[in-house]
Amino acid sequence: MSQVNRIKGGLIDRSQTFSFQFNGTQMQGYAGDTLASALLANGQTLVGRSFKYHRPRGIFTAGSEEPNALVQLRSGAHQEPNTRATVAELFDGLTATSQNHRGSLKHDLMAITDLMSPFLSAGFYYKTFMWPKAFWEKLYEPAIRMSAGLGRLSMQEDPDSYDKGYLHCDLLVIGAGPAGIMAALTAGRSGARVILADEDFTPGGRLNGETLEIGDMSGQAWAAQAMAELASMDNVRLMSRTTVYGAYDHGTYGALERCTDHLASANGKPRQILWRIYSKRAVLTAGATERPIAFGNNDRPGIMLAGAVRTYVNRYGVTPGTRVAVFTNNDDGYRTAADLAAKGVTVAAVIDTRNQAPAQDIPGMRHIRGAGVVDTKGRHQLKSITLTDGQMIDCDALAVSGGWNPNVHLTCHQRGRPTWRDDLNAFVPGDTLPTGMAVAGAANGALTLASAMAEGRDAALAQLADLGLKASPIDLPRAEDEARDGAAVWHIPQSKKRAWLDLQNDVTVKDIKQSHQEGFRSVEHMKRYTTLGMATDQGKTANIPALAIMAECTGRTIPETGTTIFRPPYTPVPIGALGGRARGQEFRPTRLTPSHEWASANGATFVEVGNWMRAQWFARPGEKGWRDSVDREVLATRGSVGICDVTTLGKIDVQGRDAAAFLNKIYANGFAKLAVGRVRYGIMLREDGICYDDGTTARMGENHFVMTTTTANAVLVFRRMEFARQCLFPDMDVHLISTTDAWAQFAVAGPNARKLLEKIVDADSQDMSNEGFPFMACGEVTVCGGTPARLFRISFSGELAYEIAVPARYGNSMMGALMEAGREFGATPYGTEALGVMRIEKGHAAGNELDGRITAHNLGMGRMVSKAKDCIGNTLSQRPEMNRDDAVKLVGFRPVDRAIPLIAGAHLINKGDAVNMANDQGWLSSVAYSPSLGHSIALGFIKSGDTRMGEIVRAVSPVHDKEMEVEIVSAHFIDPEGSRLRV
Amino acid sequence: MIINHPLLGPRDAAEFIYLGDAALIDRPDWQAEDAAEQFHAYGYLRDNVAGPMQELWYHEQGDRSWLVVTRDTLTHEITNVELARDVARNRGRSV
Repeated sequence: MSQVNRIKGGLIDRSQTFSFQFNGTQMQGYAGDTLASALLANGQTLVGRSFKYHRPRGIFTAGSEEPNALVQLRSGAHQEPNTRATVAELFDGLTATSQNHRGSLKHDLMAITDLMSPFLSAGFYYKTFMWPKAFWEKLYEPAIRMSAGLGRLSMQEDPDSYDKGYLHCDLLVIGAGPAGIMAALTAGRSGARVILADEDFTPGGRLNGETLEIGDMSGQAWAAQAMAELASMDNVRLMSRTTVYGAYDHGTYGALERCTDHLASANGKPRQILWRIYSKRAVLTAGATERPIAFGNNDRPGIMLAGAVRTYVNRYGVTPGTRVAVFTNNDDGYRTAADLAAKGVTVAAVIDTRNQAPAQDIPGMRHIRGAGVVDTKGRHQLKSITLTDGQMIDCDALAVSGGWNPNVHLTCHQRGRPTWRDDLNAFVPGDTLPTGMAVAGAANGALTLASAMAEGRDAALAQLADLGLKASPIDLPRAEDEARDGAAVWHIPQSKKRAWLDLQNDVTVKDIKQSHQEGFRSVEHMKRYTTLGMATDQGKTANIPALAIMAECTGRTIPETGTTIFRPPYTPVPIGALGGRARGQEFRPTRLTPSHEWASANGATFVEVGNWMRAQWFARPGEKGWRDSVDREVLATRGSVGICDVTTLGKIDVQGRDAAAFLNKIYANGFAKLAVGRVRYGIMLREDGICYDDGTTARMGENHFVMTTTTANAVLVFRRMEFARQCLFPDMDVHLISTTDAWAQFAVAGPNARKLLEKIVDADSQDMSNEGFPFMACGEVTVCGGTPARLFRISFSGELAYEIAVPARYGNSMMGALMEAGREFGATPYGTEALGVMRIEKGHAAGNELDGRITAHNLGMGRMVSKAKDCIGNTLSQRPEMNRDDAVKLVGFRPVDRAIPLIAGAHLINKGDAVNMANDQGWLSSVAYSPSLGHSIALGFIKSGDTRMGEIVRAVSPVHDKEMEVEIVSAHFIDPEGSRLRV
Repeated sequence: MIINHPLLGPRDAAEFIYLGDAALIDRPDWQAEDAAEQFHAYGYLRDNVAGPMQELWYHEQGDRSWLVVTRDTLTHEITNVELARDVARNRGRSV
């Protein structure tokens, strides 16, 4: 195929020829083309099939508002569906395919759908597929999904990378058309920090597509010169290929920059960047979008908006056909006819809906006034049009202009409502704009060139003055105020055939009328009933004509009918860009424990605990599964000594004269009288009396405490303590620092723990004897010949145990040193599984038990909650209902048949009772195989559990379809007297 | 949203954690006769304000200040930002 429709002129670079493929056919275009302009140049008018009726469709616009020309770009994992050909920049080697057809594009087997259109009108899903109900999932939905829709995903992982960035400026200018360039020049010359963003790859807006002159230059030349001046300013950042897609609170804007979409390969660079722009002020100069007029069969390939025709002719050197008719209700359409004629393209006729058009006739051209198009012919390409008077005109392209809609979208992102202007037959920005925004140019209804430029300059001046920045008005170059009158003609009522409003969703004038008849009259209802204005184009060309028709039906005015709510994004934003780098393993940060390196080298399997990676167990050769490793670690710890990295527990340093008094408020039990050098277990409540967190707190000095929290709640507890400190007790002298990451901490547990640590802790720094450092002692020590450390004699395992903390940078070495010192005792590293088994054997509550429903009373710790002092949660914890005698209590369970494994989450039912909620007695919260006892054990809650020792109940798990008998026992399976702790 | 931190200047709301009604500063006296009722109201009863509201925000990704932000819940306009500690003192929580 050759470039049959290529004509002279344009902003393309004919010295750079690009080859590309469309549906496997090799074609050529030039640098500066879009895929759409290149397809048109090659005479490829048919580019896709419509969503619902599979109608042949062509290119309708020349910009981001395109409803029709959606294609799949690239191939393999890079394939991207539903891309607008009108904004896809051509590059050498681009491959594109059309969408939504079975068989070839020209002979789509699904085109039969169009014949069934009488059954497929608005709301047909809701009416047709109601019965039988069971058919929906199995038959109707798969069938509909097969036949309707647009492009297909590659179903492969996105191979591209995306970035996020943050920018700040005094003035953000959105859109680099004539108004935007004037605003940016005004602000740029004043020295203000300016960002000028434009969605196109060539800034200039409509100047690029028009033959308008500015001063003594062409519009294009003026724009290029102004952009060159702006590019030379250090205080101005120019962002082309960047769509400002959303206006958010307080001057924040979202923008998407397409960095490498126009290149054959990204070469490792991010494909797109999602920018968050913080602006002190903004000027919206987003221009206007042309709208069509609805008439019979107005969706055929070759029918195009009149302004788009000008853009193809003037910017890309392409004509949409060899014989073009123009259909307009306003003066602007005449510019299209004139520009076509100037390029030597035959204009079949200019048809104006108005009887008396103010615009002058174009010499030598056929003008038909007071007429409209009622029908068209041509299956894959327009062949002729039929007018209201019955006459047929042969043409292979039709340029349609129904007037222009200011692009008010961003002005409405904060719930602003546009207002109607009768003189423009269009909505313009309303009074309630997003904070700091001004609107200028066509976006503000200044649809002529001279007025747009003046508004752009003045808006920038006003915004800068508002900021207190000095700026002087720059000269306004001479420019035209083009004729812009038009009539409010939205559709041609004489049309008998279907007249399309929304080309992307196949919504016709009839559908709107039906929506009205069936009571869906509010625009928001109409939108959802007919799907008008949905999908990639969000009805940029369709919405206003549809509103006008709904207004006609209801007898209300268009402003009374109103618009639907505009929401971000202005144009589609890929999910990949919103995700940025935060995907896969990088979705959130990974925190490594200080001994991670040691653990990796020693067979650890890791488990994610919040953001932390913790060693779960350390497999040894010959072990057949995790249970072998865990059982060995438990027995080795209880038999001699085990070592576990417990750094992930939250650590909060509490200092100040009121530190003790403050902790008394935070913990339910008392801390004021804790002696220096001692550790106490504490329990925290929520203000509603439910248990929140637990841990140990050590008094290192008179005014210095070190608190530990659970791993999961480290951040939350700190936040709540800061709340209490600042908001509830503002004059307590106390300060908090999170030191979780500052200290590497290791549990050293087992009968040989002291012997091991005696080799580590410097003898002159601490008397390690049971008397010199008893159970629940703490102190500052040195280790390994002078390294500062903290030592705590606390135990989660129930064994003689210590926790030793060193500055985090020594953590990995410390693990090695502990293992080396423990070699003679067979010291064993253990992971979170063995830790869990030992705490269950010992009856310690953890996250499974502190599940947000449990009180201290339930845990059997009711007496710990002090009634003699004020602390968070104690008032409401005394509510009678939370202190019933028959409340569930934490106890232990073992299977009557010791060979059976228990099931966590199983519910407890008394023997002989039916299994139902009314008979529910409680549940098993934590289950483990106890290698020490040789059978499965559990912690759990059961009503009045503390008085039911020895009773047999049933543990029932309907989800596993299992049931077993269990005996209620003490939660302390190992060493209930705690004698091992105190040796 | 941008919160104009009294110590640090304008900061993005993404740096903050939202808690809710600044009435949470007014924690009741545990020794009051009707302490249980007061704590019940404090813990469970909230106004659902349409308009200017005093709210607690915590600068967790920053200096860890708790702030009282006066924000219009309809427009997101922020008219005042104070350190919660100062507000607490003004409300008589010093003792």
